[in-house]
Amino acid sequence: MALTATNDFVVKFANVNGSGSASANQLFAKSILRMGIPIASRNIFPSNIQGLPTWFEVRVSGAGHLGRRGGVDLMVAMNPQTWDRDVAEIEPGGYLFYDSTRPIPQSRFRQDITVIGVPLTAMCNEAYDDPRQRQLFKNIIYVGALSALLDMDPEAPAQLIREQFRAKEKLIQPNLDALKMGRDWAMANLSCPLGLTLARMDAVGDRIFTDGNSAAALGAVYGGATVCAWYPITPSTSLAEGYERYARKFRTNPDGTKRYAIVQAEDELASIGMVIGAGWNGARAFTATSGPGISLMGEFVGLAYFAEIPAVIFDVQRAGPSTGMPTRTQQSDVLAAAYASHGDTKHVVLLPEDPHECFIMGADAFDLADRLQTPIFVLLDLDIGMNDWLCEPFHWDDARRMDRGKVMTAEELEEGKTFGRYLDVDGDGIPFRTWPGTHPTKGSFFTRGTSRDRYARYTEEGAAYVDNMQRLLRKFDTAKQIVPRPVETHAKQPTPLGVIFYGSTSAAMREALEALEADGIHLDALRVRAFPFHDDVLDFVRRHERVFLVEQNRDAQLRTLVVNEGEIDPSRIVPVLHYDGTPITARFIRAAIADRASATNVIPLSRMGAAE
Amino acid sequence: MTFLNKSRFHHPQLAPNALGLTRRDYEGAISTLCAGCGHDSISAAIIQACFELDLPPHRIAKLSGIGCSSKTPTYFLGAAHGFNSVHGRMPSVLTGANLANRDLVYLGVSGDGDSASIGLGQFAHSIRRGVNMTYIVENNGVYGLTKGQFSATSDKGSKAKKGTINTDEPIDMVAMALQLGATFVGRSFSGDKAQLVPLIKAALRHPGAAFIDCISPCVAFNNHEGSTKSFDFVRAHNEAVNRLDVILGRDHIEAEYEPGTAIEVTQHDGTVLRLRKLAEEHDPTDRVSAMNHLQERKAAGEIVTGLIFVDPEPEELHDHLGTIAGPLNALGDADLCPGAAALEKVNAALR
Ligand SMILES: Cc1ncc(C[n+]2csc(CCOP(=O)(O)OP(=O)(O)O)c2C)c(N)n1
Ligand code: SF4
Ligand SMILES: [Mg+2]
Repeated sequence: MALTATNDFVVKFANVNGSGSASANQLFAKSILRMGIPIASRNIFPSNIQGLPTWFEVRVSGAGHLGRRGGVDLMVAMNPQTWDRDVAEIEPGGYLFYDSTRPIPQSRFRQDITVIGVPLTAMCNEAYDDPRQRQLFKNIIYVGALSALLDMDPEAPAQLIREQFRAKEKLIQPNLDALKMGRDWAMANLSCPLGLTLARMDAVGDRIFTDGNSAAALGAVYGGATVCAWYPITPSTSLAEGYERYARKFRTNPDGTKRYAIVQAEDELASIGMVIGAGWNGARAFTATSGPGISLMGEFVGLAYFAEIPAVIFDVQRAGPSTGMPTRTQQSDVLAAAYASHGDTKHVVLLPEDPHECFIMGADAFDLADRLQTPIFVLLDLDIGMNDWLCEPFHWDDARRMDRGKVMTAEELEEGKTFGRYLDVDGDGIPFRTWPGTHPTKGSFFTRGTSRDRYARYTEEGAAYVDNMQRLLRKFDTAKQIVPRPVETHAKQPTPLGVIFYGSTSAAMREALEALEADGIHLDALRVRAFPFHDDVLDFVRRHERVFLVEQNRDAQLRTLVVNEGEIDPSRIVPVLHYDGTPITARFIRAAIADRASATNVIPLSRMGAAE
Repeated sequence: MTFLNKSRFHHPQLAPNALGLTRRDYEGAISTLCAGCGHDSISAAIIQACFELDLPPHRIAKLSGIGCSSKTPTYFLGAAHGFNSVHGRMPSVLTGANLANRDLVYLGVSGDGDSASIGLGQFAHSIRRGVNMTYIVENNGVYGLTKGQFSATSDKGSKAKKGTINTDEPIDMVAMALQLGATFVGRSFSGDKAQLVPLIKAALRHPGAAFIDCISPCVAFNNHEGSTKSFDFVRAHNEAVNRLDVILGRDHIEAEYEPGTAIEVTQHDGTVLRLRKLAEEHDPTDRVSAMNHLQERKAAGEIVTGLIFVDPEPEELHDHLGTIAGPLNALGDADLCPGAAALEKVNAALR
């Protein structure tokens, strides 16, 4: 039986990298959004570049589920190198779309799927002479054919093409023609539509479709960052590039001079060194990196913690350890960030769930860094960072001003205000600092990674050292109150079960919670947004008999942090771990929790049914 | 010679400079280095140079790595902010600081272990980026702070205090700086204040990457017979290429030299560097000539000192980046935040 579904299926494109497929696939995805239907899209690009395969997965979800679903209903197989595995991945009853120009032996198809052949290469060869055009328009032609097969409103891609080429009007008509060629061919030669159809709805609203790296970079621009020092590493590179793009657009003076500085450093040590130098000197500065970079930055992060220098580190996590799976996603730097460096250190870590929050936290991180005078880690992951997500639009309050924290000015020094660089004047653990060059005779001090007294004088005296370390703990306590609070959602009925999650797990978690509720398993849910943990986090654990902690790493890193920092009995927190490098799915969470929850005191499903 | 006198009674020599500051206003805390350490003489030369240049001390940022040499910023310019960073990483911290505020004078102090061993990469990259700074390596051929191990600038065949002979080739940081595109390269000796002070002055006035390799004997671990970084050895093998006078823009220039025996280089800010030539074949404004001379004299067993190369019109990092003329750290919300209306446009483009 062929699959049938409306606004609820998964299309996967198997392409050859560099074939121009990315913009065609984007056109396909955005056309669905323009029909008011929510989608979730993901790029899958292996680090091993043999055969240059890339995949692009679009989940169409009228219900608004934005996590990865798993499984493929329609495969658009455009890469002969990956043919066999692509065909094997199709769900029973699913569909295979392929270029039928060259015959493919029967044995390489499957009996339980519907096969749709379109002679794309032949059509292109006939219509175009230029090989580059043949290549590019082939992609547009398959979008046209798919639009007929899925009953897509043809005006949606047409309008996107007109918008995209507004500045290069010559390109509009040829693209529209290619789109029409594909659509007409499918209408004439295939039975359209398939069992999978799109139907216009109004479920997108004013949401935007963008990736977390760009959003975090835009947040850095809005947050007032002026210095970016970085070293290329997947999946963080597009964050630095995004900053460059937005800063060039928004921070270039009419004479061409720039109100920002970007240095591509020689390595991650130099990147963080520059960030610390700039932060020390009163600029808002950041770096973007991934796990291996975090390891290299270790010594410097300890310096910034101990010498109390603002710095922002965006860590777009990938699968470790070591080079691991560099183009696959994970949440496996949580402990490395929270406890980065030697000696007793702890750091503020922010955990955005989607690009919308990447923007917010990307800006807020700079206020936090200045207020707390310490490094702030913003932990994205490849899934949020490099994929386009449907999310709430960005907002900005024009009344907002940068919070530069406790910086003593020349005027205050002149008035005779007492300045002690490491003096806790009001009990929050945060001392005043001065920027270099402030005053001719007052307020200068020596910054060092060695122990010092409250007036920044070098000392190896134990009491002074302890005094300072205790103040740093007080400061961390202050951080607890000002970092983003966790967000709790309550089950429809009182329940002894809770679930904690964070970051890119959110979308899959929301979907899983709905499904579990339908299964009769009720869970209160807490999305953790920052470390140090607000009291609400530990309170949530105490209020529930059993808490699941869902995360995308092997060692249950956030759970370790909760257990350790909250001095919680580990048996109360059940880890639910997904770490094969693919984004976590609702199916996985649902199965894992249902499995374990049934062993506890959930209302049995049969009784649930009886009560209804 | 190296002890910094901190007694507070007023001495007739404490004449003020153009800012009304005395030499004492350029001093720092009392040195805790070994009595006789070359590094203290370099601190004294830095104090003298900044005083003579009338630099406001608080407009200087002094940065260092880790080592005895890197401790010295505490011992000069007490009114300046200082940053004793991590081992070998002063250059990146200084670069970042410079990005934040191009209006300060940046003075980086490092050791041969700090810059030629653990920090060789950062040294090289800060030079090739053209960071506007004065970068002084206090070069004693050993790790003083960790008690006398050979560093990467130790000469092959040089003997350690305990008798081991160094078998590795030395890194010549002057040769590297020239190759990497430093626009000011000098070498001096902590024991030659007359040479060192003008060299530091000229470097501080140089609007680009200025590098000074200053041989600075470690009296505790590398001042014995058989060492090539001892006071005696350096005195015997030191060959100055020129004698430098730094003439500030305001000063009257008098020609007091034989034509042909000196050249004058006018730096961007009007400072005139008058170089009385001591080595005939060396042209300090020609990088290739400087490199050749250095290698030739090195082969002859000499340590070339003096102002080895200067480009009077250098480019620096901010020129390459195209940043605004003023400090980035002075920009406010209006300069930095594009605002809500611009964000609405961004949103619209993402639908
Ligand atoms: C990462 C790291 N490794 C090792 C050390 C130990 N250490 C401190 S100073 C130093 C060598 C300093 O040598 P140099 O820069 O030549 O300075 P000097 O003491 O000779 O002036 C070493 C190895 C350190 N501080 N940090
Ligand atoms: S150990 Fe050597 S380098 Fe260090 S202070 Fe003593 S003499 Fe100077
Ligand atoms: Mg040394």
